[in-house]
Amino acid sequence: MDKFGYAQSQKFDTYASRLMPREEYFTSGHRSCQGCGEALAVRWVCKAIGKDAIIAHATGCMEIVSSGWPQTAWMHPWLHVAFENASAVASGIESALKVLQRKGKLKGPMPKVVAMGGDGGTTDIGLQSLSGALERGHNFTYFCWDNEAYMNTGIQRSSSTPYGAMTTTSPPGKMSIGQHTQKKNMTAIAVAHGIPYVATASPSYLFDLFFKVRKAIETPGPAYVHVLSVCPTGWRSATDLSVRLGRLAVETGVFPLFEVVNGKYRLTVEVPKLRPVNDYLKPQGRFRHLREKERDFIQKHTMAQYQLLLDKCGASYPEFPVITEPEEEKE
Amino acid sequence: MLKYLEGSHGVSQVVAMCRPNVISAYPITPQTHIVEDLARLVGEGELEAEFINVESEFSAASVVLGASAAGARAYTTTTSQGLLLMNEVIYCIAGMRLPIVLTCANRAISAPLNIWNDHQDSMTVRDAGWIQLHAEDNQEAADLHMQAFKIAEQTFLPVMVCMDGFILTHAFEPVDIPEQKEVDAFLPPFKPQNIVDPRWPRGIGLYADPRFYMEVRYILHRALEKSEKVIKQVSAEFAKAFGRESGGLLKTYKIEDADLVIITMGSVAGTIKDLIDQLEDEGKKVGLLQICSYRPFPRKEVYRVLKDKTNLLVIEKSISLGRGGILGSDVRWSFPRTEKKDRKISCFVSGLGGRNISISDLRYAVARVEKEPVELEFLGLNPEIIAKRDM
Repeated sequence: MDKFGYAQSQKFDTYASRLMPREEYFTSGHRSCQGCGEALAVRWVCKAIGKDAIIAHATGCMEIVSSGWPQTAWMHPWLHVAFENASAVASGIESALKVLQRKGKLKGPMPKVVAMGGDGGTTDIGLQSLSGALERGHNFTYFCWDNEAYMNTGIQRSSSTPYGAMTTTSPPGKMSIGQHTQKKNMTAIAVAHGIPYVATASPSYLFDLFFKVRKAIETPGPAYVHVLSVCPTGWRSATDLSVRLGRLAVETGVFPLFEVVNGKYRLTVEVPKLRPVNDYLKPQGRFRHLREKERDFIQKHTMAQYQLLLDKCGASYPEFPVITEPEEEKE
Repeated sequence: MLKYLEGSHGVSQVVAMCRPNVISAYPITPQTHIVEDLARLVGEGELEAEFINVESEFSAASVVLGASAAGARAYTTTTSQGLLLMNEVIYCIAGMRLPIVLTCANRAISAPLNIWNDHQDSMTVRDAGWIQLHAEDNQEAADLHMQAFKIAEQTFLPVMVCMDGFILTHAFEPVDIPEQKEVDAFLPPFKPQNIVDPRWPRGIGLYADPRFYMEVRYILHRALEKSEKVIKQVSAEFAKAFGRESGGLLKTYKIEDADLVIITMGSVAGTIKDLIDQLEDEGKKVGLLQICSYRPFPRKEVYRVLKDKTNLLVIEKSISLGRGGILGSDVRWSFPRTEKKDRKISCFVSGLGGRNISISDLRYAVARVEKEPVELEFLGLNPEIIAKRDM
């Protein structure tokens, strides 16, 4: 994997646009919201994918903002069918290319096949077809744009919404603290399929994202990349904080960046000192209603999950934030 | 070459000769024998294709959609619940004008669960924009697949070949299986249009807002109407190449001087023809109009054939619950509203869930409508079961 120059990515983990490809494949003019972290992710992922690729996209934010006929923001050949079947459509495309090449009807190199979907289209309604495609071992890469709810339809909760978050279908109230379940661990599900490459990525760490996408695309067989996409509209955060929030998610251990190559975990962005999770929760209006108790619970859960991941990666523990126990629990 | 074959295997062998590039299917009774045989042919290397075993019918339809959009000739087969699960993609395939061929081994719909034959499954997707062709026997089922690929690739409309589950799929009959070179001469290689290709990037499946959507649907409707001509033409070409009549829009039997015309689809036409012969010996003039192309519904052809007939009897294996017979409605709408003729159209729903339609049942239906028209009646109901349950 050295050929992808991974070592370089750690040296330049700050924004340096001159070092990246200048071609735009997800072009301007699309209708995403101000400060959309997902559009940013799509733009850079498409740059990393390169020219020779075919994209199958699930219904969702990125489909709606970019593809109103007769316009499109996609420079790639791009196919949208339905909400739940992007991976199955990609399977069909890949199979067709394979057999057409075998029969000599497809000249030149085999295009890369890519499927993309939001967190709803991946972890909820599209999970079955994704699982099928991963199991069948098609040579394709799946990108999940995880903005942690159904943002396109108006911020409804998905199984990827984190604990405590306010959404329109998990509103906090007298009997509710907001989303009461934990975020589905989609990367672990992907890893369990025994596929060669799984990674998490964030457009706030551009080089990390770029090289992971390159690796995923070049890997023969299925690959899965889970991209955290900050959504100012749904997260109720300031639009100029999108990149900052992406970094805070990593620095607090909420969304660690790692990759799993043939089942072997590796932390790609190490955090020497974990920040308190409150730093990440505070700028977001969707967590505004949470009291100390729930914030502490989220802190503990995040740390426990992070430790589990570090154990899998064989990495040393960072400095963890100190939790002050609430008064009544001390008794 | 005439072979003694199961209906499913006649279909699978002819489909294999049509050289599909991608086949994807999910097992469901009574379709399984078709996919089993195709999987065997791919496994033996007799058919050069990708056979994708998927985790649901929904994905099967999605896989063939993706394959077709990438320029491959694609085939799938399903029935009943499987077709219902595919439903969303079925509409997408038609809307995206992808020439996919699907075999529907017609079967009843749950609940109650029932694996036997009727036409309710394909009826649920009659409005999806697919061409639906109904086979009468195993020979026609096999022949229709050759025609289906040709029609689909000329019109860029998907084609569903409907054959009655078990009654055809699991019945052994002599079937004339053509030579590979005959099929190659009849069916030219697929020339795809509008595919996903990095050399000529384009977006497929973009959404259309209220300014454009209606036009797209209108064009699709027109395409289906225009496909009537292609269906007729391909059927004629087939007759010329293979020397037998198969498919087309509709078929008639002893209809010229008939006083009563029975209208139906699918395998029950064979039983009805026997009845017509019997009645003829008894001095009654009954004819048969058999719809082969259910969608597009050959409205004008039906009118042309039935213009002078006043007593019509529709025997159908489907029902629109709360309304009545579906084929019956289509037949009723085939006559111009301005027509002043006193025409009696009776409708019998029969054979649901694999209930046998016997000659005596049909004889009863004919006797009923000879006396008076019947708005809607279920043929061969058991009154004992109904008496206990019907509140």
